[in-house]
Amino acid sequence: MTTKLFGEPIPRREDPRLVTGRGRFLDDLGGRALAAAFVRSPHAHARVVDIDVAGALDVEGLVAVYTWDDLGGRVGEPLPLLIPHPALTHGRTGYPLARDVVRHVGEPVAMVVATDRYLAEDAADRILVGYEPLPPVVGIEAAAAADHLVHEDVPGNAGARLVQEVPGPDGLSAPAAIERAPHRLEFRLAIERSASMPLEGRGVYARWDADDESLRVYSSTQTSTSVRMAIAAKLDLPPAKVEVIAPDVGGGFGVKIVHPWPEEILVPWAARLLGREVKWTEDRREHFTSSAHERGQVHFVRVGFDDEGRILGLDVRFLHDHGAYTPYGIIVPIITSTQLLGPYKVGAYRVEFTSLYTNTVQVTPYRGAGRPQGVFCMERTMDRVAVHLGRDRTLVRAANLIQPGDFPYDQGLTFQDGRPLIYDSGDYPELLRMVKELIGWDDFGKAQTEAAVRGRRLGLGLACYVEGTGVGPYEGGHVEVDSSGRVHVSTGLTSQGQGHQTVFAQIAAAELGVPIEDIRVTTGDTRRFRYAVGTFASRAAVLSGNAIALACRALRDKALRIAADALEADPRDLEIEDGIVRIRGNPAASIPLRTVAVLSNPLRYAFDEEAARATQFAVGGSTDQPPVAEGEQPGLEGTQYYSPVRSTFAAGAHAAIVETDPDTAEVRVLRYAVVHDCGRLINPRIVEGQIHGGVAQGIGGALYERLIYDEHGQLLNASFMDFLMPYATEIPAIETAHLETPSPLNPLGVKGAGEAGVIPVSAVIAAAIEDAEGIRIEEMPISPDDLFRLRERARRAAGESSGAEAGEARPV
Amino acid sequence: MKPPPFAYRAPRTLDEALAALAEYGADAKVLAGGQSLIPLLNMRLAAPAVIVDINRIGALDTVFVDATGVRIGALARQRRVERATDAARVQPLIGQALRHIAHPVIRVRGTVVGSLAHADPAAELPVVLAVLGGSVEVASAAGGRRAIPAAEFFAGALEPALRPGELAVGAFFPALGPRAGTAFAETARRHGDYGLAGVAAVVALDDDLRVAAARIGCLGVAATPFVLDLTDVLGHRPPDSCDWSAAAEHAKRAVRPEADIHAGGDYRRHLIGVLTERTLRAAAAAARDGVIDD
Repeated sequence: MTTKLFGEPIPRREDPRLVTGRGRFLDDLGGRALAAAFVRSPHAHARVVDIDVAGALDVEGLVAVYTWDDLGGRVGEPLPLLIPHPALTHGRTGYPLARDVVRHVGEPVAMVVATDRYLAEDAADRILVGYEPLPPVVGIEAAAAADHLVHEDVPGNAGARLVQEVPGPDGLSAPAAIERAPHRLEFRLAIERSASMPLEGRGVYARWDADDESLRVYSSTQTSTSVRMAIAAKLDLPPAKVEVIAPDVGGGFGVKIVHPWPEEILVPWAARLLGREVKWTEDRREHFTSSAHERGQVHFVRVGFDDEGRILGLDVRFLHDHGAYTPYGIIVPIITSTQLLGPYKVGAYRVEFTSLYTNTVQVTPYRGAGRPQGVFCMERTMDRVAVHLGRDRTLVRAANLIQPGDFPYDQGLTFQDGRPLIYDSGDYPELLRMVKELIGWDDFGKAQTEAAVRGRRLGLGLACYVEGTGVGPYEGGHVEVDSSGRVHVSTGLTSQGQGHQTVFAQIAAAELGVPIEDIRVTTGDTRRFRYAVGTFASRAAVLSGNAIALACRALRDKALRIAADALEADPRDLEIEDGIVRIRGNPAASIPLRTVAVLSNPLRYAFDEEAARATQFAVGGSTDQPPVAEGEQPGLEGTQYYSPVRSTFAAGAHAAIVETDPDTAEVRVLRYAVVHDCGRLINPRIVEGQIHGGVAQGIGGALYERLIYDEHGQLLNASFMDFLMPYATEIPAIETAHLETPSPLNPLGVKGAGEAGVIPVSAVIAAAIEDAEGIRIEEMPISPDDLFRLRERARRAAGESSGAEAGEARPV
Repeated sequence: MKPPPFAYRAPRTLDEALAALAEYGADAKVLAGGQSLIPLLNMRLAAPAVIVDINRIGALDTVFVDATGVRIGALARQRRVERATDAARVQPLIGQALRHIAHPVIRVRGTVVGSLAHADPAAELPVVLAVLGGSVEVASAAGGRRAIPAAEFFAGALEPALRPGELAVGAFFPALGPRAGTAFAETARRHGDYGLAGVAAVVALDDDLRVAAARIGCLGVAATPFVLDLTDVLGHRPPDSCDWSAAAEHAKRAVRPEADIHAGGDYRRHLIGVLTERTLRAAAAAARDGVIDD
């Protein structure tokens, strides 16, 4: 077994367990726990007048019913606003159980605890809640019109408004630069609501130990450490008395970074109150109406450019639909407004967003987190400019790209982490060249023409993006070698299927020189690691990966010091390979790492043969020095943290060929090509898996998925029958190529890869359909019915004024 | 998403099942493949007092094929019928439509007669039964057996013409006549979804290989399967000189589908035109190929 594992496409170590049904997900735990179920609002906006629980009391097996009136202390307070921002002048969060007003269908009103979930739902059905309906606000336009308010103390339904401006090199503002530009366009672009929709919903299982006055909570979360702090604070417990464990988590994609959810507070609270184990497992309908959505935004773009297509000024205003509450602040629209620029330098830039409340499920980050919308704006703009000038779409992009010599490149904006948006490294012209080659850009026109002769419509689209990954503030890694030579690696952030068991082990194996079989990785368990932030923003490999590498390096130094003592050698002459420390060039002089671990911990008591070697009469060495040298600690273990100064910027370019059916208006993706740069690759196979999953979600967002509310605020497709998540049958084979521009910001030179696949897909598919149809695509997702109606409209327009090209943008 | 309380009966013979249905009448719901009923129960959209599970009645798990047609028992799974080559020879339309129902794992549980008794206006099998002029055989403890023609069986959306106490015990799909061909096509959002619109076509030729009869059945456009005879529109011509698009236009004008969250009425009507032309052409080609093969 070689120990040179960094960069190798080894199979995922977690898969044999997960694919043979041996995963341990939230609902696999707590088989004897009481079950919780919730009474949730059927109204989008209503005053809760009274709650009559009498009918539920007849249900055999009922244990307790709670409403807001029962919640004492901090449990009854509004949920935290996790990320405050000065521009979020009217941030609002809900109560764990509705206090007086419900603001979306699905908001929890009462909690039922019973001996099983069937009975809990029977009891919940019998609780009669009296509502006085209030006028609902549904849709971005209605929110902006503000005829009715979601929160009566939030005028105009506006939670936040934020402007960022970067003047051009000539000092001109964006509006002035656009005014003076040789060419100008303006248009509206919209993206509809979708959702993370992990296959496993949320879930919480809590055990209260009355003797120890301690709480153990399992949660299907993306941040066990922060859930722990939140529960400790809400339940007024010392943090040391609360442990939170994320077991196997069946996908997160952002929705599980939000915390504490009402259920994450209420279930532990009830477990303590009742002195019984309590579990709540979210069902699919609850997930649709009671967790979080994303993506819904309407953008108004003005752009000025020269004859080459160089952007001289870009002015974007957009409206963000925030749903009923803002627990995660305004991270999503901030990311849209900053990442919109992608790999391009635009002359002058102005962006302004207003974040609006509506009586719908709250909006928090979903994989991509505002970037798909930003990239849609920028890339649709590039295509518009190209069509207007009659230039090849890739030439217009090339004219605007940041060049390899420009790094570090400061976009002049403030990013989601409050730090300057400075790109650390990349080679964007090479990405564009590679994706053109991969998809066969230059030869496509011929294929398109030939297909047209046979009555087939093919279209080609392309989009580029830059993704800020690996945001701080920090993560840590702990590494310990035990006296059997096993290496235990732990980090505080959680896993939702990314392959952390594999990549973190690859890092440790490469850094320590030990076989990967000896390495065990633990994530998301506060019993093992207490300080962490969480898994989001494509940050696990960057943050925890580097922290683990640093911890391994420190541990390796220590191991070499101890081994040098034992071998009477200079530490600089030692190397570790296959778990054995040896003197370079002298294979006979060696000591296994497990023995070094024994020696690292001077003992008084021998508990086995190995330990006997470290006892006081067995070890040699000087007797006038302390057994543990000054500045050292016993044990071959250590913790290190990695805290980046700012994000590192991954990038990529996607291209796709689609075919549209001339009769049925169905869209089929024939080919999908991805060129991706996430710095040094730890495991290409895992990066490709992330890309495949991301592209699949992106195709879902482009062609299938939308959350449809009626004017009353009822979600009309709250099931997998009507919310059209694509199957494998809808996803083409995905072709990938990698470019590696190492990040100078971290020791491993890595950048994040988790979200990349999803980011540009709507822009790519829209461009390809536009190319196939000659019809402007301004809103995504697009269904066959949408395309049918666009064709009908274009046909009517062509009939009215035969001069105007249907696909042409409107000059201003 | 757990069902409300219900009583459960699992008879082992048809007589026991009919006795249970007679006892509980309208309070009872029959469970066969459960691919529609179980989700309805879990979402608490259906709350029958009693579930009569017929899965243990082996005598209903039958597929009989003879020259007159295909007779399918209430417990025959869709997957079994789909794979029955003798049934495909006698009436190919059944298998052509079955392949559009969801996914193999669902067809392994789902039953043909259960789909008919569920009477979903977007489902494939009711349209097949209707366009072929088949029937559903029902039985009850009191009234013995009777056959209900497809045209009467589908009384409304999710409303089969079953009286309380009656069990659909089988369905009869008539054999394809000589010099005849069938085709089925639908447009669905995802592979395996209910169709936004779909058309089943049957075309028969006369001795001179001219169109003698042409019928289509449409799904997704009305509360019940919509059957249309297009023989006169096509005008007894050889397939090569038929004006298929005129027939498609005729079908389009005849349907008035409603909009739902997946598609508007105009688009559905447009699809009926597209699919009518495609299926009529394919059915006529199959009819002629059959003659040539013979």
